[in-house]
This record gives sequence, structure tokens and C-alpha cells, in this order.
Amino acid sequence: SLNYVVFPPTEKERHLRANDRELNLSYKYADNAIKTSKYNIFTFLPLNLFEQFQRLANAYFLFLLCLQSIPEVSSLPWYTTVVPLVLVLSMTMAKDSSDDMNRHRCDKQVNNRKVEILIGGELQSEKWMDVQVGDIIKLENNQFVTVRMEVIKVSAEGDKVKGETNLKVKQALTVTGKLEDSIEKLANFNGEVRCEPPNNRLDKFTGTLTLNGETYSLDNERILLRGCTLRNTQWCFGLVVFGGPDTKLMQNCGRTTFKRTSIDRLMNVLVLNIFGFLMIMCLILAIGNGIWEYQEGSKFAAFLPKGVNAPFSAFLTFWSYVIILNTVVPISLYISVEIIRLGNSFYINWDRKMYYPKSDTPAEARTTTLNEELGQIKYIFSDKTGTLTQNIMTFNKCSINGKSYGELLDFSGQRVEINEKTEKVDFSWNNLADPKFCFHDNSLVEEVREGNPEVQAFFRLLALCHTVMPEEKKEGELYYQAQSPDEGALVTAARNFGFVFRSRTPERITVVEMGELVTYELLAVLDFNNVRKRMSVIVRSPEGKLTLYCKGADTIIFERLNPSCSNLTEVTTEHLNEFAGEGLRTLALAYKDIDPEYMEDWKLRHHEANTAMDEREEKLDALYEEIEKGLQLLGSTAVEDKLQDGVPQTIEQLSKADIKIWVLTGDKQETAENIGYSCNMLRDEMNEVFIVSANTAEEVRKELQTARRKMTPDGTEEPTVKKSRSGLFCLLKTETVADEPVNGEYAMVINGHSLAFALEKDMEMELLRTACMCQTVICCRVTPLQKAQVVELVKKYKQAVTLAVGDGANDVSMIKAAHIGVGISGQEGMQAVLSSDYSFAQFRYLQRLLLVHGRWSYLRMCKFLRYFFYKNFTFTFVHFWYGFFCGFSAQTVYDEWFITLYNLVYTALPVLSLSLLDQDVNDWWSFQYPQLYTPGQLNQYFSKRAFVYTVLHSGYSSLVLFFIPWAAMYDTVRDDGKEIVDYQSFALLAQTCLLIAVSIQLGLDTHYWTAVNQFFLWGSLSVYFAVIFTMYSNGMFLTLISSFPFIGTARNSLNQPNVWLTMLLTSILCVLPVVAYRFLRILLWPTINDKVRGRGSTHLSLVRQDKVLPPAPRRVQARRTSTRRSGYAFSHAQGYGDLVTSGKFLRRTPKSRPALFSQTDSPLAQTQPQSYRTISEWEEPPLSP
Amino acid sequence: MKEELETANRPDNTAFTQQRLPAWQPMLSAGIVIPGFVLIGLAFIGIGVALFIASQNITVLEKDYTGVEITSDCYKCSNPSDKNCTCKLDFSLSNLFEGPVFFYYGLSNYFQSQRSYGVSKDDYQLSGDLDYFKTPISACSPYQYDANQNPIVPCGSLANSMFNDTFKLYQIVNGTKKLVPFDGKGIAWWTDYNIKYRNPSVTPLKNAFNGTVKPPFWSKPAYELDTSDPSNNGFVNQDFLVWMRRAALPDFRKLYRRITEGDYASGLPAGNYSLEIGYNYPVLSFGGRKKVVFSNVSWMGGKNQFLGIAYLVVGSLCVVMSTVMLIVYAKFKFPEDD
Repeated sequence: SLNYVVFPPTEKERHLRANDRELNLSYKYADNAIKTSKYNIFTFLPLNLFEQFQRLANAYFLFLLCLQSIPEVSSLPWYTTVVPLVLVLSMTMAKDSSDDMNRHRCDKQVNNRKVEILIGGELQSEKWMDVQVGDIIKLENNQFVTVRMEVIKVSAEGDKVKGETNLKVKQALTVTGKLEDSIEKLANFNGEVRCEPPNNRLDKFTGTLTLNGETYSLDNERILLRGCTLRNTQWCFGLVVFGGPDTKLMQNCGRTTFKRTSIDRLMNVLVLNIFGFLMIMCLILAIGNGIWEYQEGSKFAAFLPKGVNAPFSAFLTFWSYVIILNTVVPISLYISVEIIRLGNSFYINWDRKMYYPKSDTPAEARTTTLNEELGQIKYIFSDKTGTLTQNIMTFNKCSINGKSYGELLDFSGQRVEINEKTEKVDFSWNNLADPKFCFHDNSLVEEVREGNPEVQAFFRLLALCHTVMPEEKKEGELYYQAQSPDEGALVTAARNFGFVFRSRTPERITVVEMGELVTYELLAVLDFNNVRKRMSVIVRSPEGKLTLYCKGADTIIFERLNPSCSNLTEVTTEHLNEFAGEGLRTLALAYKDIDPEYMEDWKLRHHEANTAMDEREEKLDALYEEIEKGLQLLGSTAVEDKLQDGVPQTIEQLSKADIKIWVLTGDKQETAENIGYSCNMLRDEMNEVFIVSANTAEEVRKELQTARRKMTPDGTEEPTVKKSRSGLFCLLKTETVADEPVNGEYAMVINGHSLAFALEKDMEMELLRTACMCQTVICCRVTPLQKAQVVELVKKYKQAVTLAVGDGANDVSMIKAAHIGVGISGQEGMQAVLSSDYSFAQFRYLQRLLLVHGRWSYLRMCKFLRYFFYKNFTFTFVHFWYGFFCGFSAQTVYDEWFITLYNLVYTALPVLSLSLLDQDVNDWWSFQYPQLYTPGQLNQYFSKRAFVYTVLHSGYSSLVLFFIPWAAMYDTVRDDGKEIVDYQSFALLAQTCLLIAVSIQLGLDTHYWTAVNQFFLWGSLSVYFAVIFTMYSNGMFLTLISSFPFIGTARNSLNQPNVWLTMLLTSILCVLPVVAYRFLRILLWPTINDKVRGRGSTHLSLVRQDKVLPPAPRRVQARRTSTRRSGYAFSHAQGYGDLVTSGKFLRRTPKSRPALFSQTDSPLAQTQPQSYRTISEWEEPPLSP
Repeated sequence: MKEELETANRPDNTAFTQQRLPAWQPMLSAGIVIPGFVLIGLAFIGIGVALFIASQNITVLEKDYTGVEITSDCYKCSNPSDKNCTCKLDFSLSNLFEGPVFFYYGLSNYFQSQRSYGVSKDDYQLSGDLDYFKTPISACSPYQYDANQNPIVPCGSLANSMFNDTFKLYQIVNGTKKLVPFDGKGIAWWTDYNIKYRNPSVTPLKNAFNGTVKPPFWSKPAYELDTSDPSNNGFVNQDFLVWMRRAALPDFRKLYRRITEGDYASGLPAGNYSLEIGYNYPVLSFGGRKKVVFSNVSWMGGKNQFLGIAYLVVGSLCVVMSTVMLIVYAKFKFPEDD
């Protein structure tokens, strides 16, 4: 469970005084320095070693080493343990030191960033880490600056902060605003702040500022959060309230936990079980030794070195066998696992198909320890804005006066699919047009140029009715700054069609209408908000005509239309449905001419209401309601919230792979639903889309229950919870809620308010059950914390692997909470990417990450583990059997050098090449058959069950490997009559049989034989033979007599035909049953993999012979035909109306104002209409299946 | 230039980084597996027959002489307190025992494979390093020093327990005993004799052993093992070398002599033989058995029926299995469609 620190126990209230470091320091608030590094030069070695030996495996090997130093117990020379241990320790040490060096560098970079602090009456450029709570700092304009503290604005003009996607207005208190940018005044500023202690609520702040005995209240409007970017102001002075770890952003990050994969956890459990198993084996052998000592050894005393009593001998033997049989858990297991993960991470970094050329961003595996988990994902939690969508709006279609524009028809009247090559409308006649704007339907331009009054009125409305801020850096180069990209898109459309919104003052709007400068007098802005779902402006044209222009949700507008429009309404509704069916966001436009006298009166009442002390909102609403009546419908607009490329296909592919996708977004319900439809997550064929948006806990519960009962009318009321224990020593209690069968397809949309209730302890089960029955779950208006809670909920009760994908700072908590966090690197800063495990530029790469890289990583890891345990168990069990023939004396079967080198040299590289290169089917087939992904979700390739099979298999192999040589060599001699059944020859025979058998088994497991695999496998066998001939040579013996006692063994036994025949027999007996079993299994119970591989081979021949290209991935574009739904969606909640009319914003001269958005940042950067292009992952036919 | 900058981070397009290495992807298809099983089966049956015939052609004569049964002549020697006891073992051959004949002694239930027994020797000492004559390694303990702290050479249990029964074989020709000449040279591994074991380069050899004592079980010191032949004396004594190459299994036989000379070069002719045994080595205390073995060899070494039979069985099983698989394949071959 997540443990969010809400209140540090000591701090009840924060108190600080500006420009008084002494006082502020006395509170010992956290400073702004960050430290993520762990070591320095002196502490590295001891600390690192200490940490390494905290790992169970390393500590165990240290313990073994100690055992080996006891001569009575030592059954193996010290080097068999020391060589691997040193190797492992030094490799880990090298990795840790390079990691820590990176951290040092990052820390330094962040801590040394410059910021201007007001110290001693002047601004000094200081390092970030020196910023203290209570300092006044100056933030530079338009940069990503305020990243580590919260600032009470002391002085600034109108400025805005870029938070998630939208700009937010932050303003200074009037009293501090008066300070302007006078350094002197600021230096004398000694306001005292009392405010809430550090917490994680992004949308609330309470505090007071006391200045000259007067107290002013501080709220969220006055606070700049860390992680924001300052926009549209030159400077801003701020008082630091929270630093470093106390900032809201850091508080919202959730706890950073060390992520481990389920295979990791399983491996730990297995290793523990193996230890138990090891102890049992040792116990059996020790008891055997006791009995043997009692029955034989004591009587054998004449020849035995010392007579010890049987129980003591058994005790010593137990430990000796612990040393010998330790190879069941070899230390190289852990290092190999790390290497495999690292290698598979590199493949992700190297993948050109996950490289995004437009931003020159390759995919990045930021965590290298989670790869195989990518092949087991069951739930994906996705952010919307910037993840599924590009956060770019394009004006795509419109309906004006009953005629629809934007569709391209060919001569026969068929729709033409619009793509990049489609010819664009030429806007060169309009020298103020935005060159990046694209439109394909020429007829609309013709209409507007011919002077069609309705069309002109339509665009005039778009040019007038908005709260966009224009900016003209150079003559003719206009930039619009809109609170939501929707608005920007509409105003830009009007601009290109000849109604250019040029500038505004609080009282005037200047528009260039078809090349003619026209200035309208702005009488009122009836601002947008969530309830009204519309906005209006009342303007007076130069001719003196008063007009109200209104745009808003179709349903809202239609209610307020003049009855004379009913025909038009019908036609427009049809168009709206069509637009909505394509997933476009629609707005209806209407206008109304106003009688000047009425206007006078209304204005008076408006002023009254506006200055009323109480119930101002209600009074204004009533006034707005009164005037927005009897409107004339003009038409409707359709704006496309551009999805990222390939999003619908990716979602379809992932759902075919049985992955459930939940969208968690901070956006409004309409927007979220709209996107749900456009990326095919919500479909009209669905039986029902449940919308949960209640306001009380009881209602939420009722809605959830109703939904659930609808989905399973005869389901149980109580959830079926499977309780089990897992983890090391079974200390972890887990509860798993079983999946419940559902007839039909359902979806659920739940808003943040309801979610807050549903996530309460007593209702979370209800939420989980209902949500998990739905194909699609969309949570809208959720906070970052709720995102994490939803993820935690699924993690807790589904025991399934989760993945969270997002791009913004608000996704960080969810990314950290999920098993795997994926950051989309792109428009939204780096917060998400920095806390993610994997990052890439486009959502669609997710399918390649999971279906290809994840699947392969999982497959490889499982193959590796199965094979690794097989080879080591087989290796070890032979010792066990030999125990019965050596008086249970812990005599090794193999040469000690073989024991040292077996895992390290002879079998290391072949198994690594298997687990780095193997593919059961290639990536093309993985995309063709996403079902290939499901075995990972079900843990089919490596589980306790698979492990038991592996153990049984190695049991069989070890029996063959010991008893066949035993029987074949029994009482036999060389072909010259000399000894061959001596210990050394037998050891050589047994170890060679073992190595050949495990090598062939590796070959059987390898599905993908590259030159590397061949080289390593044959190379390792050759190295083995080279090494034994070298180690058993005269020269080696004469150099180190005691270390190489096996002199001559290889020469004397490997020239014997019966030795080789024994090896052949053991190998065949080890391997053929496996071949037969696998062959029959494929025939009798073929898995999807077998089928695809089978098809692969036949298909391949087709490709080669007939040059038949594989079918391109299908794309079914489902068109919605619903007539019930409105396509209305708008991404901002509250307009700029106040600001626009207050004039505060507009005081500066245009020249000194910096760019609002840099060019690339513009939401209109690419106005290509999106036509669900098929992203071709396959430019070339596959070389092999 | 601009192009290059823009794609600075583009990963390399190599077969390795893109995981497109050309590869052979073998399938366990019926076309490979079933004929494979048949071929392996047939080959194994062939090898099995050859091994079986080779093994059948080997003659082995095994005689236990532990003296457990009262009827045995060696029963009288089975009391370990009885020193220098000799007994004899009579046997007759009805056919020519084809040569070259190898004469082995065999021990059962004797754990040369016991770890502490096996490590109880000093390779430095045995390679003639005089430093280790004075201070043998501790692994030799308790046969490292005697009670007077004199170093034991050769030290350790393995050397101490050297087999010391002696054998003499007579053919009874017309009632008279005719000694069958034994060849005791070249019964140990070449590497053991020439490289691994060496006497210290001191002449006479006896001097090297000054200040040392013989292993307690031995009747004579190492430098007197074969006084007649300096190249078979001390640590390079072939009987000693054979003993020191410890057996892997508790039942083992070790080469004692070869019968390759004179009238017996082509084998032991039919007739009566008498084996005279100098019975010194006690095994009854731990339930061990002693035996002598006469055997000839073939290309596949000594007599071992197992390997041939195992090949035959495995080969047959392969053939049977291939039939089973063929039937299953014909019945269950999965259709090509989805």
C-alpha cells in the first residue's frame, strides 16, 4: 500500500518571515539541496560490500567460504567458492559505482543550477541548493524555472503558469503587487507567512500573510508550484515557502519503492525452498553417513585415517554436503539474471521501430531490472492528454447553415480518405493565414470568398467569441494564446478563412475581415463555465449593430434557439451526429441581434449584478440566461482532438492480447468519453456504458451495484476472494478477487468525485468488481493521488501485473505505483519520464514494448531459469547418488576445477546467448497473433509447477548420468588391461557426460539458432576439452602439484571406445525422452505458440517461393452511428473572461512581451487532419517467422 | 548536416541490435523426429550387437579367496592375527584361456572412494620433494607422524593401506608345479609412472628416507618394495602406483600382473592350475571380500555386458517409440487452419 506522508509529525503549521534567514533557519525546514547519491570515495568500498553482503545469496556464499576454511568439513577447496564470489562482487561493484557516479553528476547539475536570490538588498545569482525557505527569489520569464519551491508571488504583472496542459492564472496579492520590481522595497519586505505544513494536495493551499500588522489570506491562486513553467510574464518575485522534499510535487510523488518483478519474488521463494530441499538432501546424506560410519566405517578403521564416532561424523558430513551441494543455488544465477535483463533492456534502447524520428527520441529502458514483467502485463493504466492524444486540436469539419464542409468526395460521390498526400486548400490569398493550418475542402473557401453571408457570419463568430490572447511579434506574424487548444483551433480556423482576430483591448476586438480592418466594441463577455457549457460575447459592429455571438454544447444551444430554426436544427443535428460518430468534438454556434434599448437596460442590470455583494454568481447567471435566448443557429464546428498515431490499432492489439486498458485522466468527463470513442475503447456495439457520477457515497455504491447486477444478473453478491499467502516464509497475505464472467461488452466511466467515495475501504471491492467486469474503464477528473490509488487497488486484489503510462507530472504517482511505469517523452516536461521505468515518444510503441520486447524478455527469462535450474540440479544430484558409493563422505564426483568452472565458463555463455537471442516466433508473428502474449499473464512459462517439472527432469537426467557410467564402467578395464574405473577417470567420464547432456538440452531449448549460439555452444564444449587436456597435462602438474592431481586422466580415458560409447548412451538417454515428449505434446496438445511456429515455417516457404507479402495488420474503423450522444467536449473548465475584460493582462506593450508559445509548442503545430493512418511497422517482409 | 543532427539518437540498424540475426529455426517436425528415432534406433542396435559380441568373446575367471567358507583353503588364513599365512587356490581350465591374460585382484565393499581416505596422501612427497619427507601435509593425518613424531613416508591412509597379498601361479603339469611367469611391468599408467610419482634423486634411495618411518601397516619400507629393480622401487613401484590410483566404486579390481611371456604368451592352456596366495591383507573385519580375476580384453576393454545390452534396449525402444509417434502423428496431426 502506498504510504503518503501527509504531515511530518513535528510540523503543525509553517511559519516564516521574508528576508529573515536567521528566524527561518531556526525552524530547520528542509532546504533545497537534493542528494540521491549513496557513496563517496571513502565510504564506497565498505558500504558497498556491506550492502552486497546483505543480499542473502552473497551472505550465503560468505558463509560457505567460512565453512570451507574448516578442514574437517571442507569438502571442496576454497577457490571453488572464492572465484565466483569475487567475480560477482566485483561486477556488481562496477555497476554500482557507475550508477552512483551518474547520480553524483545529476545531483550536481540540479543543485548548481542558478537562481537569483535577494540577499542583503541585492539580487545574487546563487545555486539552487542554497535557496532557503523565506528567501525572495526572482524567476525568469518563460522558462522552466520554478522547479523546487513554492512561491508566493510578491510582485508580477499578469502571468500564467503552465501546469499539466492548460495555463493557469496566478496573481499576486494587491498589497504585494504594489512592490513592483523595486529591489529596495522587496529587500525591506518583512511579511510573515503562516500556512499549512507540507502536504500533497495540489489544488488547495491555505495560509496567511501578515504585513505591517494586517493579515491577508493566501490561497492557491497565489502559489507557484514546483514543476511548473512560467509563461507570459517577464519576471516574477516569489517568497520560498517550501523547499526540496516539502514541495507539493515531491509530496505527490508517492513513495519511491524498489520495484521487483514477480519472477524475482518467485525466484526468492524458490531459492528458499531449494535451501530447504538442500538441507533435506544433506540431512539424508548425513544420516547415511552416520549409518555407514556405524556399520562400515568403524570396522574399516584399519584403513581409515581416524576413527570418529558416527554422530559427530554425520554432523561434519552434513556441513560438507552443504558445501558440495550448494550448486543448486549457484551464485552465478543472480549475476546471469542481471546480465540478461540488461541485455534485453539494451534491445529496447536499440530498437529503431521504437525510435521517433520527429523528436529524435529513441525508446529508453530506464530500469534494467523489470524486463520480463513486460511480458506479463494484465492491466494498463493510461493517461489521456499527451499519451493517447497529442494535445493538438485541429479544425476538421463544420456545418454551416445546413451544409457540411470538410468531407472530400470524389466524382462518384464517394468519400475520399484524407491522408498526408491529399491536396490542401490554398490559403495564399490571405497573407495573415497560419501556414501550418490544413484544410482539404475547397468548397468552404469558395463560399467564404464569394461572400456567402452565413459562412461569413460563422467565421466572424469564431473570430469574436472567445477569450484568446493574440500576439503579434512582427507585422503579420500572429500567435494565439488560448486557454484550451480547442479555442485556439477555432480562432485559427477563422483566421485562415479570412476573419483574422488581430488584437484586443478590454473594450475592443480588432478583426481583419477578408482583408478589411474592422473593430468591434466588446460590450460583454458571458464567460464559459462547466455548468453553462457555452460562452457568449456581445459586440457592437462599426455600423452600430449589436450582436450576441454564442458557442457551446449542442444540447444547450438548441434549447435556446429561436423556433424558426427548427429545420436547420434538424439538419445540423444530423451533421453533429456524424461528427460525433467520428470522434470529433463539436460545438454549436448561434447568434442573435439585440435591440440597443434592451441592451442599455441589460447592461445596467449587468453592472448592478456585477457589483452586488451577495449572490453575485446567481444574479449574473440569471442575466445571462435571460439574454441568451431566441438565438439563430449558424452551424456547428467539429474539432479533432488528435490522437497520437496508431493509438486505436495499439489499443485493439493490446486488448486482443487480453490486456485491460483503463484510462485515468484529469480531463472532464465529456472529453474523456469522446476520446474513449475515438480510440475505439467505447463502442456503440457495447451493451451499455455505465456512467458513475454520483455525489454521495450511497449513490455511488448504488450505481456500482446496479451496473454489476446488470452485467451478471445471476452473479453472487459477495465477491469470491481467494486468500492465500505468498512471499518469503509465506508472510505476505494476499487476497485475490476472482474474475467474474460477463455476458456482453460493457464499459464504465467514473468521475473523480465518485471515485473518491468508491476508493474508500468499504467500497473499494465494489468498485473493483464492477470495473473489472467492464471491457473499458475510464476515470475522469481524477487527481494524481487517485490515479495511484486505482493502480494500488488493482494490484492489491488482482495480483496481476500492472503498467501505467503517462506523460505529465500528474502521472508520476501512478507511474511509481504500478509494477511498470512508462513515460511518454514529449511535450510535457520530463517529470513522468524521470520517474518511469521505460520511456518512449509515442503511445503506439507500447505494443512493441509489450508484445515483442516484453514477450521475448519473459520467454527468455523463463527459458533461462528453467534451463539454469535444470543444469544445476542435474549437476548436483549426481553428487547425491555418488554419496551412496563413497560412504556418504562428501566426496565430489567431479574434478574440483570442473566444479569451479562449470557455471562460470563451460555453461555460462551458451545459456546467456540462449537467453539474449532466443525467439520462439519473430516480432511479425507476435503482432499477427497478440494472443501469443497470454501465457505470460498466466505465468505459464515459469511457475512453481514448471519448477517442479524441472526438478523431476533433472532427477531423471542425474540418474542416467550417474548410473549409466556406473554400470558401463563396473569392473571393466582399459583395452590394455589397465585401470579405468579409478576415481579420476570416473570423474572425468561423469563430468563429460554431464556437460554433453546439458549442452544438448540447451540445443533442444534453443528455438533460434544464430551463429552466436552455435559459436558459444560449440566453443564452450571445445573450451572444455581444451581445458581438461591442459589441466591434466604434465606441465600443469609440475607447476602446481597439489592443484592439478588429475594428470594424465584425459589421455588415459578419452582414448577408450567404451568411454565414448558411454557418453553417447547417456546423452541419448537424457535427450530422446524429452524430444519424444515435446513432439507428442505438440501433436496432442498444441499451444498457440506451436501453431504459430508451425504456420511460420509453412508461411515462410510461401514468402520465399511466391514472394507473397504478409497481410498488413488489419484496421477496422468502426463508425459510430449513435444518435443519442453529443460530441460536445471542451477541455477547459473556466474561461479567461474576467481577465480579458479586466485589462490587467494587457497593460504591457506588445513589443516587450515575450513569445507566448514558442513555435514548436503551438497546439497548432501540425494541423494535419488525422485519418487513422495505418502505422506500418512492416516496411519489409519478414526474413524469418 | 541538419539531417544528421536530427537523427543523432537513431539507433544503429544492425541485424544484432534489431534482433534480426539470421537464424536456423529447427522445428520438432515429424519429418525429422520420426526418421531420426528410427536411425538412432538402428544405429544403437548395431552398436549394441557389436558390443555384446565383443563382451561375449571375453573370458573371465573369478575366484574368491577371502576364506569365509570353511571349505576354502584360505579359511585358515582369515584370522588377522595369523601372519605370513599362505593358502592356495586350485582351478582347472578346460579350454585355452586366450591371451594376453590379465591377472587382477579384486576387493569388494572397500571404500577407496571415501573422501578422507582419498585425500590422505601427499602429492608433493610422492613426487620426490624431500621437504615433504620431513613435514608431510596434514591431510595425511593420522598417518603423518608416528608416535615419536617421525614423519611417515609415504604418508597417509591411502599408502598405508596398500594391498600386500602376493600371488604365484603354477600350472600342474604331470603332477609337477610349473611357475607361470608374471609380468609386473607396465601395469600402471604411463603418466603415473613417469610424471606423477618420482623418487627423490638421491642414491642410494635408502638415504632419502633417513629420519622417516615406513607406514605402520607396511612390512617393509618404500625403498625396499622391489630391491631387484631400481626402476620399480620406491614410489615408482608399479604395485604401489596401481594401488594409489584409487577406485571410484566400493567394488573394484586392480591389475596385479600380466601373463605374456614364454609358453603362456598366447594364453593359459587347458589344464590344472594352482594359485599360491600370500594371505596378508585383512578384509573380513569390515565385511570385505578378496578375489582374483583372470581376464582377457577386447577392443572395448574388459568384460561388461551392460553396455551392449543397454544399447540394444535403447535402440529397440527408439524404434518402438518411432512407431508410436508415427501412429500419433497420423491421427492427431493438427490442421493447418487457425
